[in-house]
Amino acid sequence: MTAPVKQHLIDPEICIRCYTCEMTCPIGAIQHDDTNVVVDPETCNSCMDCIPVCPTGSIDEWRVVTTPYSLDEQYGWDELPPQEDLGEASAGGIEALDEAMAALLAEAHAGAGGKSRAPASAAKPSVNLYTLGKPATAKVQGNYRLTDDPEHDVRHIILDFGALPMPVLEGQSIGIIPPGEDAEGNPHLPRLYSVSSPRDGERPGYNNVSLTVKREGGGLCSNFVCDLKPGDTVQVTGPFGATFLLPDDAQARLLMICTGTGSAPMRAFTMRRNRTVGGRSGGMVMFFGARTPESLPYFGPLKKVPSDLLEKHLVYSRVGEAKEYVQDRMMAEEERVAELLSDPRTHVYVCGLRGMEDGVERAFTSVAESMGQSWVALRDVMRDEGRYHVETY
Amino acid sequence: MLDLINVSYDTQIPNNVGLSSDKKVLKALERWHPGYINWWNDLIPQNFQESMVYLRTAVSVDPKGWAKFDYVKMPEYRWGVLLAPQVEDRRIPCGEHAGELAWQEVPGEYRNLMKRLIVIQGDTEPGSVEQQRYLGLTAPSLYDMRNLFQVNVEEGRHLWAMVYLLFKYFGKDGREEADDLLRRSSGSEEAPRMLGAFNEETPDWLSFFMFTYFTDRDGKMQLESLAQSGFDPLSRTCRFMLTEEAHHMFVGETGVGRTIQATCEAMVKAGISDPYDTDKVRSLGVIDLPTIQKKLNLHYTLSLDLFGQEVSTNAANAFNAGIKGRYMETRIQDDHRLTGDTYKVLDIVDGVLVERDVPALTAINMRLRDDYIRDASGGVGRWNKIIEKAGIEFELKLPHQAFNRKIGVFAGKDFDPEGNLVTGDEYDRGLPHWLPTHGDGDFIQSLMKPCYEPGKYASWIAPPKVGIDNKPGDFEYVKLHMA
Repeated sequence: MTAPVKQHLIDPEICIRCYTCEMTCPIGAIQHDDTNVVVDPETCNSCMDCIPVCPTGSIDEWRVVTTPYSLDEQYGWDELPPQEDLGEASAGGIEALDEAMAALLAEAHAGAGGKSRAPASAAKPSVNLYTLGKPATAKVQGNYRLTDDPEHDVRHIILDFGALPMPVLEGQSIGIIPPGEDAEGNPHLPRLYSVSSPRDGERPGYNNVSLTVKREGGGLCSNFVCDLKPGDTVQVTGPFGATFLLPDDAQARLLMICTGTGSAPMRAFTMRRNRTVGGRSGGMVMFFGARTPESLPYFGPLKKVPSDLLEKHLVYSRVGEAKEYVQDRMMAEEERVAELLSDPRTHVYVCGLRGMEDGVERAFTSVAESMGQSWVALRDVMRDEGRYHVETY
Repeated sequence: MLDLINVSYDTQIPNNVGLSSDKKVLKALERWHPGYINWWNDLIPQNFQESMVYLRTAVSVDPKGWAKFDYVKMPEYRWGVLLAPQVEDRRIPCGEHAGELAWQEVPGEYRNLMKRLIVIQGDTEPGSVEQQRYLGLTAPSLYDMRNLFQVNVEEGRHLWAMVYLLFKYFGKDGREEADDLLRRSSGSEEAPRMLGAFNEETPDWLSFFMFTYFTDRDGKMQLESLAQSGFDPLSRTCRFMLTEEAHHMFVGETGVGRTIQATCEAMVKAGISDPYDTDKVRSLGVIDLPTIQKKLNLHYTLSLDLFGQEVSTNAANAFNAGIKGRYMETRIQDDHRLTGDTYKVLDIVDGVLVERDVPALTAINMRLRDDYIRDASGGVGRWNKIIEKAGIEFELKLPHQAFNRKIGVFAGKDFDPEGNLVTGDEYDRGLPHWLPTHGDGDFIQSLMKPCYEPGKYASWIAPPKVGIDNKPGDFEYVKLHMA
């Protein structure tokens, strides 16, 4: 069976045939006859330029297919065909189209205790625009050290995609292909990194993306990335991920729990909110754990984020007498956390090393008990509603 | 470096034309600005001015940045001067200068012709806002109210676009024309708007939807042909305006479609199969299909008049000069000069409709009108699909273009909607079945009751299939100011 692909389509029942998309498409992938406006699956590269210019919303339609619908089929439609049942692949958010990446993400999201769902209002993500066989080449714009701790070398890497479309949403990941080959002479599989910049770029309007990467002793890809210099090029796949996403709802409240480089998506969320709704949003609360202030990525910039946008709980496990972990602070702030959990507008995000999961689960269990509820039941409801997200590695 | 994509906010007026380094034009615009704001503030009822409306604003003219949605009070909407990016080495697409480099300044010999086109286009923009000023008071939902206000602020921006061209390229008389655009007023005795259709009141929401579908579509066709202009700043202005105009087409087509949907659903639910059983249908709180047909007849024929005379030397001159092209000029396969070509136009000879060949140059208006008719018939087909899906036997039709005309060869002639020349007596008897009567207007008016609860819709209109900016059904598109 051929691997399923995501096909871009236009809903003929909603489209008003203004042809604005056709005039906007930079590569001529959209065309029309007297009945319908259609997208050529051979040409469309999912750059998403046509999405915002459509006045109707009919343009934002996608189907996962094994054989793309031809232009003739699309011209003949009075209405869109339903999503074909392709088994697992079509059941809601498709995190990645190739098995290796899908498996990695499934493992990363396993801590949510069931099938993850995207927030209902989240923007629709693009996945797998670039693959191992057809990667994007990005140029390194900057590589900045974020920590002042010899054992924790965390880097802020900025990649410029130039003219290549890279529509990556906050919470999504991209793959970096380390150079060289493995023992069998095959190219290395990409390593996934969650982006730490918002959708309109590290710098608004520039087609650049930032990553937060920690150097791991003996790590093939992390050492490659942490040693990159401005002007170097890297091969990139992705974007990947379709559930760990930001609700597109200014009134949603975010509870973000992270350690180390797990702060990457939280930074992207915070910047997105800051650029769009600022302090007028429903608010964000963050529990961020590190060994010391020196090893906490973005310590300096975080201090400057206004508290009406982001309530910060920075927790250190190697400062002072008592070791404090994120779960300890969450339990100390039991009322605050309970109040958030009881609000149906709250979305929870957990991101960091796998080791943090147990502690966070314990803290949530304890908080839920104080509310007279079962954490597992509450978590499952939130997860099914697209409001509980875990990504650990 | 001058950033021609992203909108600059370093002056009072958002723009991507480098206003901050163009002091003369900036000063002229800043002097004009308070008059514009006064015009706006006097126009729309005060509690709507104070309300937070979920609008889209352009932050750049590239696809990624021109539709940014947020709550904004209308008087604080960032009206600005936005031109589509300049295409390198763009050539004049038509007329005797075809193939020459597009003009970046106005050629002296075409100055007056060009100014007149810009003033006429500019005059329609505030005119339509004036016609629609009270509709917010009877909005059938917050969603529709938001769409109305989006149309209004963008018509306001289109006025800005034309005024910028007048200030930048037409010196002193440009400034006077810009002031006159604020002095004239829709329906005014002393200083009416220039085109007849923009002096009629928009009395109800069905009229508004028909207006945005049919009359704004004329605007779209005019913008399309001005987007082909050899005068590059005009072309770039109109190209960007067209992306916004698409929203107005959307409001019209889906507005009428949703009205039809509500009627069909109510008929099916009540078990009424005869669309002409108007009393019974109307008692359901929906607008009967024959009345919708009559409204369609009226707005369509009024809009056809906006294309002017079928045979016109003015239009020929504008085309030949390269000031105004045809619809999709660059996609037409011919020599783009039309010197020896002919075009078929309808005419009346001895009381009979005949097609006759005239020089294609003089038939530019007619050709644009034909393109318009084709464009307008598409949506009518989609409306009919709604009726068909409901299993009701009724078909909406565009009337014959000879019917109810005030301009051109058919003006004042007694044609019926099928295109038959009828006697005066037959015409008088037919009229109540062809065009809305006062009684029809009164009935529609009786349904115009505001519905301001998020997610709720008046009885006569169905909810939209998709929200604006993908918002959920109960989204509060307008946070009404409660005085």
